[in-house]
This record gives sequence, structure tokens and C-alpha cells, in this order.
Amino acid sequence: MSLDTISLSGKKKEVSNKKMTFWESLYLVAIFKGLMITIRHLFQRKVTIKYPEEKRPLSPVYRGQHMLKRDELGRENCTACGMCAVACPAEAITMKAAERKPGEELLYREEKYAEIYEINMLRCIFCGLCEEACPKDAIYLTETKVMVPSASKREDFIFGKDKLVMPLTEAMKNRQNQLS
Amino acid sequence: MKVTIDGQEIHVEPGTTILQAARMIGGESVPPAMCYYSKLQGSGGKCRCCLVEVTKGSDANPTPMPKLVASCVTGVMDGMEVNSKNSARVEEARKSVTEFLLINHPLDCPICDQAGECDLQNLSFQHGKSETRFIEEKRTFEPEDIGPNIQLHMNRCILCQRCVLAADQLTDGRVHGVISRGDHAQISTCLSKAIDNEFSGNVIDVCPVGALTDKTFRFKSRVWFNKPYNAHRNCDKCCGKTTVWMFGDEIQRVTARKDEFHEVEEFICNTCRFEKKDVSDWVIEGPRRFEKFSVINRNKYALHPPKVEIRTEKHILEGREQDQKRISMVEVPEKTNGNSNS
Repeated sequence: MSLDTISLSGKKKEVSNKKMTFWESLYLVAIFKGLMITIRHLFQRKVTIKYPEEKRPLSPVYRGQHMLKRDELGRENCTACGMCAVACPAEAITMKAAERKPGEELLYREEKYAEIYEINMLRCIFCGLCEEACPKDAIYLTETKVMVPSASKREDFIFGKDKLVMPLTEAMKNRQNQLS
Repeated sequence: MKVTIDGQEIHVEPGTTILQAARMIGGESVPPAMCYYSKLQGSGGKCRCCLVEVTKGSDANPTPMPKLVASCVTGVMDGMEVNSKNSARVEEARKSVTEFLLINHPLDCPICDQAGECDLQNLSFQHGKSETRFIEEKRTFEPEDIGPNIQLHMNRCILCQRCVLAADQLTDGRVHGVISRGDHAQISTCLSKAIDNEFSGNVIDVCPVGALTDKTFRFKSRVWFNKPYNAHRNCDKCCGKTTVWMFGDEIQRVTARKDEFHEVEEFICNTCRFEKKDVSDWVIEGPRRFEKFSVINRNKYALHPPKVEIRTEKHILEGREQDQKRISMVEVPEKTNGNSNS
């Protein structure tokens, strides 16, 4: 078998320069053939959805925006141990620790807490290794089911504690669920 | 004197201990040590981490020792044969000792500043169990302030008494020691007298756990976020050779230089350790070498991934050399030794 006749894809067609007949030069048949494909697609099932109104169901292990959890008393779990930052393959996490002062026992669970905790969402690859590394059950990607919203400035993607820490209302809700 | 440790022979001076001989050999057969410190006289024999099995006492008396011996305080005999890593008994004993040491040790590594360079952490990583059998309450102490530079966490202490020996031998007026007995034994300064001696900061380096930590470094950073550099300065009190731990351009911590067994090479003074935190104070020599599997190495992409060999690769490349020769080298005559013209 010579190279000219082999068709690896099975779609190889011979091209020729032969003169078209009168019917062929009108293109009526060809246009009708093409339109048939279009019409056939009108009656097929749609593969797209109207996104902002409709949403596809997320898988239970979907990993979305991070959340720094509070325990049932509303205290932050994170102690700024740095395990998430060292586990992060994209180096998206930075933090700064501070010592808890007397009187802040209801704000932070441990002696040390994260004063600054930032995740660069442009760097984050949502692999979930930080969640796996966390010894204090503080960071979760699966809980929120929120996707990182779009923004126009790069700085808007560096999420600080204001966006990451679980809201107190949610901690209260967890507490009530536990009591009932 | 000839001594064999895990099948490796070494000749040592009379009077050396098994641990020192093992450290001369190096590698995996070096027993872990929590209390022994070669720079401190009289250290060792307390933690029982360094237990080894002596299978042959000496050439003169070849009977094996019936019990495991603490290698840091047992001297070698001529022709002694020791099993450290190879012995299942030793492995079992180290596991038990680790469990005992962890009975009263709190599980606060995420908060502890020593995490990452902690000997007890390394020991429990190698020999520890992942679960606990201890159901009683851990012993706790009231927090005590022992001065502006050194932070004492008595809960974390394993009572190795290295710091007591260091304070005893490096400083002239002894100010801290072990008070009370048994379960209540604790490290404390006499009459809560603040440690103001010039070399008292070395108890931080000597401490194998996070019981004595640097107060000027407290919660500032984690060990693995800092980069260690060798640095020196002219100091009239000590040698001035230190390791500075940098974060960017900022010196966060100054420690003495530690060798592969986590023992300081030369003790440094408190001025170098606590007060000189400016880059202009130091002459930085260069980055310090650290162990390959140290946590400082994590996430630095220093570990080269193993080369992946595709199963078909060998097959494809088969006969390639001959083909190349056949295609491109037809005209070139093969070079022979000697006269090529003849």
C-alpha cells in the first residue's frame, strides 16, 4: 500500500478538478444538504444551560472557595501553624501569627491565631491539599459551594480573613443544629 | 579498640561511649538521643531513647548483655558487637520510650515554635504510634515568667535536664534547676529570679523540645518559612558565629550553629542572640546547609522527581545507533589505531 492511498482518519477524500455539470453549478442540492444538518440540530436536545439563572448540580466532593471555620462557640479554629502554606503546591497561602490577648478567648480557640491569612485565588489550583494538611479542621473547600467571583483587578483576588472566615451567623446556625 | 555497630566496624579510643562511636560511623545506626549532649558534662542516661542491644560484650567476655543498655553512658569494650537499627528489641524499646515521653507532652505542635526542629517530633515521627493509649489527664503547670528573653512552657518539658546542666556549666551563678519530685518535678528559676546571665540564652538551643523558646521570636514565624544563613560578627563575649533565620530581608531569629545531631557547635551570648536583629550587625557568609529531609526543604522544589521510563521507549530506540551509522557514516572510514592511511 502506498502512502497516497492510506487514510489514517478514514476521512481522506480524493480531490479533482473536473468540470461541474449544470445542476451542480446551481448549488441547490448542496445548499439543501447543508440546511438539513441545521434543521436536524434544531430538534436535538440542547447541551447548554442558561448559566446565571440555571446551575448545574455540583458533585459532593466539589472544591470551591475556601472557608476558615469557627467552632460551635464561634471561635476561630485556625492557629496559623503554617501546614497549609507548606502543603500548598501553588504557594498561594500566606499568614502571620499573633498571640491571643486575655479577653479574646471567645474569638480564638488557641493561644496563637492568624492575624493575617491571605489566599491568592489567582494562584490557587483548588487541589484541596491545604484542607488535607490542616491539623485543626480549620480550612475547608467543600463546605461553601461558592465559586470564586470574577473581578477586574488582580488585588481583588487576594482574599483576606474578611472573605474567608466563616460568618458568625453560620456558626450560630451550626450550634443550634447541634443542640436540637 | 574495635567495636562493631550494625555490622560496621570502627576503631575508637578507649573511654568513648557506644553512642559516640555510632556517631563517628554516622548514618541510620546512630541512636536517637534526647538528653545526651556531647558539649555538656554529665548529660545522658535519663531519657532511655538511645537503648541498644549488645550482642557480644567484648573479646575477653563474649557473653551478650542481658538487657538493652543506654548507649550514651556505656563505654565500648574491645571487640564489642552492638545492634542498633538491626535489632527488633531495640525498635520495640524505642517505641515504648517514645510513648512514655509523650504521656505528658501536650499535642500542641501547631502552636509550638519548636515544631520543625524538635527532637521529640522527629523521634515520634520515626518511632511513635499515631494513636494514644493514655486516658488519664496530662500533667499541667501554671505558666511562669522567667524573664524577658526566654519563654518557659513547663507543660512541654520532658525533664532531660540539659538546660540545667547548660546553665550550670556555662554561667557562673546557677539560677535555675529542677524543683519538686516525681510527677511534680519541674524546671524553675530559684525564687523566680530572672535569668540575666550573659550565656543563659543557650538553654533555648539545648532544649530538645519547645519547653524553652526564644521570646523575641515567639509566634513570629514558623521554622520552615525562614531561611537559615551562616553569619558572624565581632563579639567580645562569644565567638560570634551564628545562624540567622531570615524572612526576606528581616532577621527573625538568631541561633547558634547546630550540627547534624542538633547540637550547637559553639555557644553564643545573649547579646548576639536577642539584641542583634539588624542585617547591618552581621556579616552574612551564605546560606546554611540543612538536611535533605528537613522540613525547611519542603515546598522548595529541591527534590528532583525520579526519571520516568516509558515502557516502549527502549523498544523504539533499539537499533538506533546502528541505523545512524548506516545512514550518515557510510562515507567516513572507521578510525583505527595507528596509521590510518596504510
